[in-house]
Amino acid sequence: METYEVIVIGGGPAGLAAAVSAREHGIDRVLILERDKELGGILNQCIHNGFGLQIFKEELTGPEYAKRFIDKVEELKIEYKLNTMVLNISEGKVVTAVNRDDGLFELQAKAVILAMGCRERSRGALNIPGYRPAGIFSAGTAQRLVNIENYMPGNEVVILGSGDIGLIMARRMTLEGAKVKVVAELLPYSGGLKRNIVQCLNDYDIPLKLSHTVVDIHGKERISGVTIARVDDKGKPIKSTEEYYSCDTLMLSVGLIPENELSREMGVDINPVTNGPRVNESLETSVEGVFACGNVLHVHDLVDYATLEAQNAGRNAAEYVNKYNDNSSKAVDGAEINIIAKNGIRYTVPEKININRMDESVIVRFRVTDIFKNAYVVVFLDGERIIRKKRLIMVPSEMEEIRLEKAKLAAHDQLRTVTIEVEKE
Amino acid sequence: MEIKEVICISCPLGCVVKVEIDDGGIKNITGYSCKRGITYAQKEITNPVRIVTSTIKVDGGEKPLVSVKTKQSIPKNKIFDCMDEIRRMVVKAPVEAGDIIIENVAGTGVDVVATKEVQPAFLINQ
Repeated sequence: METYEVIVIGGGPAGLAAAVSAREHGIDRVLILERDKELGGILNQCIHNGFGLQIFKEELTGPEYAKRFIDKVEELKIEYKLNTMVLNISEGKVVTAVNRDDGLFELQAKAVILAMGCRERSRGALNIPGYRPAGIFSAGTAQRLVNIENYMPGNEVVILGSGDIGLIMARRMTLEGAKVKVVAELLPYSGGLKRNIVQCLNDYDIPLKLSHTVVDIHGKERISGVTIARVDDKGKPIKSTEEYYSCDTLMLSVGLIPENELSREMGVDINPVTNGPRVNESLETSVEGVFACGNVLHVHDLVDYATLEAQNAGRNAAEYVNKYNDNSSKAVDGAEINIIAKNGIRYTVPEKININRMDESVIVRFRVTDIFKNAYVVVFLDGERIIRKKRLIMVPSEMEEIRLEKAKLAAHDQLRTVTIEVEKE
Repeated sequence: MEIKEVICISCPLGCVVKVEIDDGGIKNITGYSCKRGITYAQKEITNPVRIVTSTIKVDGGEKPLVSVKTKQSIPKNKIFDCMDEIRRMVVKAPVEAGDIIIENVAGTGVDVVATKEVQPAFLINQ
């Protein structure tokens, strides 16, 4: 069986950055397996700009951002296989995949980087009553149709959910001549970035109805309209507020789910909050030598952070392989410390830290459960508070981060848990 | 005297900045939480601009469309004129990222450039 040192599952932004980073940290045999016909992943259909502000300090479109990393992959002569579907990864890191050129094949990896990204929540997950007519699309599917396949889904559009893809598509459909009538959001706040609300909705006078949802879908062959109603604070629709909107297209932008079928099958522990693998400070999953990064780990709002995370995963995978080649002991001394998300923090990535393995510092990324203004992010080592940082505003749609210094953790005797929480003023 | 509201996008706070305008221009700005709000509101009122991104049809390409953008931002009120030209345009493969597809779009002085490459279809089929 052919052997690679690092096999990266997925050739989107996370997979590309992870592969480049592994190579730059001394790994010769790196392979990317991608199921689409080109590298770049979802960035290929994200033709809008705003990518790269964090990393490149300039605004790139999705394809331009992807190209920076694809060029790097070519320049470093990193191997990749396109149109290739990974079917299984065994606990012993045998990767089974299939494509038209090679048929069904198996490869042995020393380290695996999971970078499969995520997929959209579909109508089935929402329980909207009504018929099942044509004309209901997830926003990302519509985006692919418009931006890649040259197909307009419809002319009169209602969007349910105010995730970023839905907002971006509201503008995109408007520019292509469609009428976007309304964006309805179940929650009292939007799931998208502020700049997208302003530049995709307000710029084109598209109304955003918060605390509203679709309660009925009309039409038999093709959707002919939807009924939208306000919901009470328990999310229950209020009958007297029902309003009918005629439309030939309903787009759903109601959340993303990390795609972890392969991870689950190989026995990787999954966090039920993120739907992504539980990882330690090295972004290593519960299966040794298997790392995760990007949207398969937790859904990001900015690709820049997925890239940074992936670079980290690539470096750690390289380090793991180098140790593996040395044949030295893989075990590291010292217990793993749990990071606990509490009071206002929905989850953290990573969830565990081993002080002996960590760099001088580690970035913990997290999301809050609600909108918090003038609140503090506080970090406790067991009972002792070591960080209290003020934030003007924190919202669930924008990922937060905090840096933990190794010196501070090491100075704490017999440290067992790190707790992160939000403290109101 | 007229009051215009601008939602600042400099951070998630999204301050509603109120700008008082009369014939002589901006008279007063209120509602911001930091100075970024003032700069943003001034720009949005005096000269709002946007980068426009879209796709253009490709003739004889491996893909039916190439993604494009205005190389610099254009005035907000020129967006739909710009889109009219973009939607009428057809380009022949091959296209390289950075190629100018439309010069001086909608008289803005700004070019529309490709943001991705599209190879001719026959190269792919070989």
